[in-house]
Amino acid sequence: MTTLPPKTAKKLGLVIDLDTCVGCHACVISCKGWNTENYGAPLSDQDAYGTPSGTFLNRVHSYEVQPPEAAPAQLVHFPKSCLHCDDAPCVTVCPTGASYKRAEDGIVLVNETACIGCGLCAWACPYGAREMDAAAKVMKKCTLCVDRIYNENLPEEDRQPACVRTCPAGARHFGDLGDPDSAVSQLAAARGGFDLMPELGTAPVNKYLPPRPKDQLDHPQTAEQIDILAPYLAPVANSPKGFLGWLDKTLERL
Amino acid sequence: MHPAPSLIAFTTLSGLGFGLLAWLGLGLPSVTGVTAFVFFTIAYVLAAGGLLASALHLGHPERAWRAFSQWRSSWLSREGCASVAALLVMAAYGAALVFWGQRIAWLGWLGAALSLCTVFCTAMIYAQLKTVPRWHTPLTPALLLSLCLAGGALLAGQISLAWPLLIAAAVLQLLAWHHGDRAFARSGTTLGTATGLGARGQLRAFEPPHTGTNYLLREMAFEVGRKHATKLRGIALTLGYAMPVLLILLPGAHVTAALAVLSHIAGILASRWLFFAQAEHVVGLYYGRHTPRT
Repeated sequence: MTTLPPKTAKKLGLVIDLDTCVGCHACVISCKGWNTENYGAPLSDQDAYGTPSGTFLNRVHSYEVQPPEAAPAQLVHFPKSCLHCDDAPCVTVCPTGASYKRAEDGIVLVNETACIGCGLCAWACPYGAREMDAAAKVMKKCTLCVDRIYNENLPEEDRQPACVRTCPAGARHFGDLGDPDSAVSQLAAARGGFDLMPELGTAPVNKYLPPRPKDQLDHPQTAEQIDILAPYLAPVANSPKGFLGWLDKTLERL
Repeated sequence: MHPAPSLIAFTTLSGLGFGLLAWLGLGLPSVTGVTAFVFFTIAYVLAAGGLLASALHLGHPERAWRAFSQWRSSWLSREGCASVAALLVMAAYGAALVFWGQRIAWLGWLGAALSLCTVFCTAMIYAQLKTVPRWHTPLTPALLLSLCLAGGALLAGQISLAWPLLIAAAVLQLLAWHHGDRAFARSGTTLGTATGLGARGQLRAFEPPHTGTNYLLREMAFEVGRKHATKLRGIALTLGYAMPVLLILLPGAHVTAALAVLSHIAGILASRWLFFAQAEHVVGLYYGRHTPRT
């Protein structure tokens, strides 16, 4: 059924900290590893040793931010996967009922045996979260590792999405964003978590935490603090002596 | 957006076919016997042929029957239901005309309404997408319906209807281009809102996720041939609208009418290629597309 549930009991999703992400792409690799070996059609690659192209459910972009004042530019690593939107446009456009949003936890999934591979859901998604697998010809998307988070065969600490479990920087957090008391909701509230493309009305569940502005070493206040040490850092020799001194003078005269 | 030949052929040909069916349903022209058979064959080859072309676009055509199930929410599903209903009703209406020389008027009106309904659903598949601001406008269904009626009238030999409808469609086409060229900027979606980093300064896509290409770039960040857009618009306007109007107003009956139809199809194919090739999807922003370079 591709109509959206009026309300979901939980809103499982991710909080991604752009301040902490180091852009190592470990989440991309662990996602591809887990999801190619477990639920659903594998995430295929084409021409892996030529001009490669493949299916990924999670991709990390990097953006340069140049602040308006003469401050140093900042590099922001930006992981992007399905945001499990409350008002998911990818679900309602599906003609077959293959795409659905679960009423119990809000996860957006694709029933691959009912998918006709028309690609309309990928057109409807503003975030590029859905990719048609070139080998299986069905739509692939982030499942929030639905086969991990409820999997009682896994040790308790592994019952979270592969990307969250693997992140060495602790930049990814998984939990119920529908519960205001959950750790992820508290984190998003405390750090000013925001939505991507809020103007499109998709009401994403996943939240992004803003990066802190970069330290400014030439700021008057910071510069003063550095000046305490400055005398010790002053260069000792200003002009070269000996052979280098002679070379310098000779070249100067030419 | 990637201008898939199957989708260009489908929207152009089935639009024409359903347009012809709509006029036949209204009894314009009122034909029976062999003449009716020829008219209905042309209409069915175009309409059903277009539908088959669109099925080629699917990853799993063998599961296409499932697409009739989600008419409550999906315009694509509604299009499938409406097209089959239109083809079935018009088949019954056409059979009565061809074999018994009887025109069952109410059945024709119903078939005409269903035919227009199909084209409207097709148009709404594109017009509903907020992610493609160029398409997300009432001008999309207006243009596709006007082309369906104008092209249908041309095929049905309704000269007095065809030329004013072609002029109306040409006006809508110009409006759609005018609106479309400004739609992305006007939508307010930028790399800034896409990343939530817009307030922090000038943003630049520094490094893409992969050195290679991917499905998203192939399907939704198509940028080939845009430099010829103005020339192609000229070709589309001349062949699709101006030439057919001139040709049908000339004396010469069937020869000029056939030329008018061929010219119209060629022009609309060009216009439809641009409809896809020029459409900018917001996901391109994440890859540094659609952002003015500074």
